[in-house]
Amino acid sequence: MTSWRTPVGVLLTAVMLFPVYWMINVSLTPMSDMRKPPSLIPVNPTTEGYERVLREQVPYLGTSLLVAAGTVVLTLVLAAPAAYSLAKLRPAGRRALGFVLLVAQMIPGIIMALGFYGIYVKLGITNTVWGLILADSTIAVPFAVLILTSFMASVPDEVLQAATIDGAGPWRSFVSIVLPASRNGVVTAALFAFLWAWSDFLFAATLDSGGRLQPLTLGIYRYIGNNNQEWNSIMATAVVASVPATVLIVVAQRFVAAGVTSGAVKD
Amino acid sequence: MRSRLAGWAFLVPLVAYLAVCYAYPLFTNVDLSIRGYTVRSFVSGGAPLVGFANYATVFGDPTFRTALLNTVLFTVISLFFQYTIGLAAALFFARGFRLSATLRALFLVPWLLPLIVSASTWAWLLNSESGLVNAALKVVGLGPVNWLTSPEWSLVSVTIANIWIGIPFNLVVLYSGLQNISRDVYEASALDGASGWQTFWHVTFPLLRPVSAITLLLGLVYTLKVFDVIWIMTKGGPSGSSTTLATWSYELGFGNVLPRFGPSAAVGNVLILIAVVAGLLYIRVQRRQELS
Repeated sequence: MTSWRTPVGVLLTAVMLFPVYWMINVSLTPMSDMRKPPSLIPVNPTTEGYERVLREQVPYLGTSLLVAAGTVVLTLVLAAPAAYSLAKLRPAGRRALGFVLLVAQMIPGIIMALGFYGIYVKLGITNTVWGLILADSTIAVPFAVLILTSFMASVPDEVLQAATIDGAGPWRSFVSIVLPASRNGVVTAALFAFLWAWSDFLFAATLDSGGRLQPLTLGIYRYIGNNNQEWNSIMATAVVASVPATVLIVVAQRFVAAGVTSGAVKD
Repeated sequence: MRSRLAGWAFLVPLVAYLAVCYAYPLFTNVDLSIRGYTVRSFVSGGAPLVGFANYATVFGDPTFRTALLNTVLFTVISLFFQYTIGLAAALFFARGFRLSATLRALFLVPWLLPLIVSASTWAWLLNSESGLVNAALKVVGLGPVNWLTSPEWSLVSVTIANIWIGIPFNLVVLYSGLQNISRDVYEASALDGASGWQTFWHVTFPLLRPVSAITLLLGLVYTLKVFDVIWIMTKGGPSGSSTTLATWSYELGFGNVLPRFGPSAAVGNVLILIAVVAGLLYIRVQRRQELS
């Protein structure tokens, strides 16, 4: 009865994902064909773009992984204890803090970037990987606290009371009960922290553009800025940069959906 | 009492972090905007206070009007199409069918890709000489359009790319809003003999209004921030035709050989004012919905 929806849905998805297909197609096109009328399928597929990525972009790739992993760790270390406190220990002033976190998410990145730049120049810490990690974490920390708070709030109070009666202190309850019980929230927060740090271009461009270790987004940007724009290499790098997003969709779809809707829709 | 102390102990790292990584950069930004910084005094300090001179410079610059107007156009048009297309897709997916979960997941891809990937892909699609879009126009007998390099089309081009990026977010949020509407309402409406279109306008759309409001307001906050897409596709050009407050602020501070940090910070502070108003509106609507 609803069978017409499947082919139409496939068609709509194909239209929506066409630019992604095009990116892959161009990444396989030889430079000699690039100025000819574009062909819908790679007729003379080549790996020259990817070979160049392997030759030139591996250090950028490594930096991106390092920055993204560092951001995940920093974000979780800051956000998880705070979320536990907001959800379960409920100290005075938690509403005000929640409000601050909501507002913090709305500050445009360009303003944070300029402010960080001013501070980093003064302290002489521009072009450092850990400086970039610190800046990138600001994209994820407020979101991580809010989503972890909502996950941790659903751990029953009775369980925690029983633990307290058995002599567990707040730290013990946090580590052995609340944290394991809300691991879906931890995964969601970590996924988004990784993805945002991996994708960041603005902080990288402002704070790390002269650094020894630069992330992949700057690698792509350099390619685009070159005069002899080699679009198969640009698109091959773009394909490589898209791998984490694709992996997330495949292995962690429900976490992604949970992250998108959190804060927007209450269940 | 002990648990209250513990409660704050767990919050101390976060509060310290917010002070160092949010309050301090924001303060720095205000400080930059009211001083006459040069490249040298930026490093050594000691720039003189100039009060609102940077703001006066910015407001007097003809680019300000263009950037403000472009920000409004870019935001309103992006939101309208993201929401409309996202809602249509959500309604389409609302009735589960074979493969629907997989296809819905694939729809998320544009939203998860790094913005530099999406922006450079669109830049190549819209390239004047070698882009697919102009090649397709040629096939149907139309002349090429300078999508990214003509002042008439540059804002349209970056808006199209931004709409594409924003559709998945609208789809996912509106879809989950639709799932929360009780089946009974539709059955009652069907029993009353309402057509699909009538059901949508008189039942679904009104019931979805709270979720729609939240979606649009969050979209507003996100869209005001957009920088990467525009900067990578057009750098706000040609001659400022696609510049917004966000890209102009960046251009003033980082886009030229001689940076103008004062005016850059001033533009940033104007943008933050707009973003915070939008943000407070969002928080108000969300709070009211939580109460009801």
